[in-house]
Amino acid sequence: MEWYLPLIWALVIGFAVAMYVVLDGFDLGIGILFPFAKNEHSRDQMMNTVAPFWDGNETWLVLGGVGLFVAFPAAYAIIMPAFYLPVTLMLLGLVLRGVSFEFRWIAKTSRFLWNIAFALGSTVAAFMQGVIVGGMVTGVKTQGMQFSGGSFEWFTPFALMCGVAMVAGYALLGATWLIMKTEGEVAQRARSQAMLALYAVLVFMAIVSLWTPLQHPRIAERWFTLPNFLFFWPVPAVTALLAFLCWYWLRNKNDFMPFWCSIALFFMGYSGLVISNFPYLVPPSLDVWETAGVPASQLFALMGTLFMFPILIGYTIFIYWIFRGKIREGEGYH
Amino acid sequence: MDIEPLLLARLQFAFTITFHIIFPTFTIGLSAYIATLEVMWLYSGREHYHRLARFWTKIFAVSFAMGVVSGIVLSYQFGTNWSRFAAYSGNIVGPLMGYEVLTAFFLEATFLGIMLFGWDRVPKPLHVAACIMVAIGTLLSAFWILSANSWMHTPQGHAIQNGIAVPADWLAIIFNPSFPYRFAHMTTAAYLTTSFVVLAVGARYLLAGKFPDEARTMLRMGVAFAAIVAPLQLFIGDQHGLNTLKHQPIKIAAMEAHWDGSKPAALVLFAWPDEKNEKNLYEISIPYAASLILTHSSSGLFPGLKSVPPQDRPPVKNVFFAFRIMVGIGLFMIASSIFGVFLWWRRKLFDTRWYLWPMQHTWSFGFIAVAAGWIVTEQGRQPWVVNGLMRTEEAISPVAGNMVLVSLALFVLIYAIVFSMGIYYINRLIVKGPIIGEGGKIEKGTPNRPMSAATENAS
Ligand code: HDD
Ligand code: HEM
Ligand code: HEM
Repeated sequence: MEWYLPLIWALVIGFAVAMYVVLDGFDLGIGILFPFAKNEHSRDQMMNTVAPFWDGNETWLVLGGVGLFVAFPAAYAIIMPAFYLPVTLMLLGLVLRGVSFEFRWIAKTSRFLWNIAFALGSTVAAFMQGVIVGGMVTGVKTQGMQFSGGSFEWFTPFALMCGVAMVAGYALLGATWLIMKTEGEVAQRARSQAMLALYAVLVFMAIVSLWTPLQHPRIAERWFTLPNFLFFWPVPAVTALLAFLCWYWLRNKNDFMPFWCSIALFFMGYSGLVISNFPYLVPPSLDVWETAGVPASQLFALMGTLFMFPILIGYTIFIYWIFRGKIREGEGYH
Repeated sequence: MDIEPLLLARLQFAFTITFHIIFPTFTIGLSAYIATLEVMWLYSGREHYHRLARFWTKIFAVSFAMGVVSGIVLSYQFGTNWSRFAAYSGNIVGPLMGYEVLTAFFLEATFLGIMLFGWDRVPKPLHVAACIMVAIGTLLSAFWILSANSWMHTPQGHAIQNGIAVPADWLAIIFNPSFPYRFAHMTTAAYLTTSFVVLAVGARYLLAGKFPDEARTMLRMGVAFAAIVAPLQLFIGDQHGLNTLKHQPIKIAAMEAHWDGSKPAALVLFAWPDEKNEKNLYEISIPYAASLILTHSSSGLFPGLKSVPPQDRPPVKNVFFAFRIMVGIGLFMIASSIFGVFLWWRRKLFDTRWYLWPMQHTWSFGFIAVAAGWIVTEQGRQPWVVNGLMRTEEAISPVAGNMVLVSLALFVLIYAIVFSMGIYYINRLIVKGPIIGEGGKIEKGTPNRPMSAATENAS
């Protein structure tokens, strides 16, 4: 039990984080693209495509954070202080973005303020999430199960680049979501934005794939030794194929496929990260077993999780089904 | 620069959680009120219930959003500011919060989407069901988080292993001794607070001569509900206190500013507790009354603050005054709501202006009492973060004080903006009142939100 419970929990949290990245990814992406919209009507239309979903999407972040607290309290207690400022700024970004959904509709003369808050909050949250991921890959200093680095340990060129990469990635998700959910001017603009974001994402993916093995021998060893390489070479190959398909469908004005391809692209990048770092939860030193909670706690929480997961997926499908279909200009769910 | 992070971290937690609790208090109560209105609409078919439900839903949306975003901050703060607490009690508090997310937050979030945007997209009964689901979700959420919090006050069902708390008996942990009282007291507080908000808005409309049908309904519902629930709250609070006396006697001693446990206690109505000299200044009190309430005997004894050394005492003044504010508001609520029912019975409720005029301003009382109650509870537990097991000073993260200071400053700044704008917008929605566009439809060319409809119509 002590061996496989932490593995199951790593899977559960990995799943929650993946759900979050995809679902809130396009919400945040819309915020990132907000400043480039033509007028208030376009912005209304953009926001309407996610208004019924954003809260549920964000709840996956709560599940990821609380899941870490539940199953790996020691890792939670190290990661949060290590990324004190990025986490705080991410949360404040999410505060601004969240209230903007409600405030923007009621505001009259101050509506432009909530446009700014929405765009700024989304961009800051996305950037900080990238910084945290980058900082994790770079490694966290620990001593005796406590964080032992300084306040700005996370502030490295690599982490900052990951922040920018995350913004580009979410912009891609947001743009392809808009292509799928809107018509007219907004969809058209989103098409060209998606193309730009796709190029940026590919460049960043390439840089990360070169930078991390060069800087961290443990990652180079993971990928480039036999027999590992025999198992892992499809990851970059499939990524390249997906990137091509995404580009192809964007050019051919397909409404649905670019979105699904971007999700798959995210998924490939995510698997790359997992392959590079598993089984470390706090790279480079602490793994999932060392940071695990006691089996009694993991088991108790796991029972509820396994019972509730199908229901959560059911909720998600249900609400997306209720609010399915495109949003046309100046139109909502009526 | 070296700043002591402990005080700042405590300030930050107190500030962010007090901010948060305002909104759950209101959303727990309001979701139940909206569900009630919708059920009444479904059965009676009367349109003004529909208008009221839609009106409060708009306000609910704003409040809920603020509750959600401020709650997310809290769930991460256990790690950022209290990482040693997280490592120490994560095996116990963590799973309880996990159940909150799984059973409550997803339920709330999903059905909220339907509640806010589904008015014309789903059949009426499904919309009513969605409102009920949201109301249930808020209660489930309160159940789990209050269980976690109560465990910190009255821990049981755990064992200490390698210096951390680990679970031994989950049922004992979840249903720890103070939990049933705290759950009852907090949910009742939420309903009571909301009924005073509803009542106050009704009074405000009547005085202004606006929306008479809706105003009367709100006033009647608010007064009647409060008149039942406010006395109930006194009873629950009393039982809560008796239970606390068993488990945290020093907290009770601080609430009563009771120093010397060798003599029966007087009920202190007012005093200025002097912590240095261990006595009360300017005391006005009723002899033996506190002993009578807490031990049911005028000669009964219960421990005083002097029975523990000063470093084991909570900050007496804060606990003492916060307790008086809460109970004072509770007594006011009982008196004013029962008087309201009396006026209603004499058929004078809707035109007794000298009653309506002050009542329109009482919307904030419940929130103040809730914040005061939490200060009593949480500060009364000091210097412990987990009562008897972990001291607050041992709970802090290894972070630099200036980081905590910067983040505290940012929270204060952003929350101040968000809060004042939120209140301003809610007030604007109240000024607009319960009106819907033609036949519940929103004109073409405007966004799909019920909320924006009100804005557009009235402007
Ligand atoms: C008595 C009830 C109660 C109490 C004591 C707390 N909360 Fe809360 N919380 C709620 C009742 C609630 C709620 C009614 O369920 C909320 C309020 C508004 C809302 O949207 O849901 C909520 C929202 C909410 C959310 C957002 C949920 C979402 O994404 O939908 C989080 C993460 C938390 N809370 C976390 C906390 C933490 C870590 C607390 C303590 C330290 C806490 N809450 C105290
Ligand atoms: C929602 C209602 C709550 C309110 C208004 C509230 C209020 C407060 C206040 C005012 C403090 C500061 C006390 C001081 O520093 O002297 C505090 C501290 C704290 N509370 Fe609560 N609390 C609430 C719920 C909870 C819950 C549900 C938990 C945990 C599950 C919790 C855990 C803590 C912790 C860890 C501290 C920090 C340590 C300390 O300073 O005591 N609180 N709270
Ligand atoms: C009418 C008389 C009241 C009495 C005798 C009373 C009693 C108490 C006591 C003894 C506590 C501290 C429990 C502990 O920490 O051990 C408490 C806490 C609290 N009170 Fe009251 N109370 C009253 C009215 C109210 C009212 C009107 C409200 C709000 C509308 C309220 C809201 C709270 C809250 C939110 C807490 C903190 C959570 C908890 O521990 O339950 N109370 N109350």
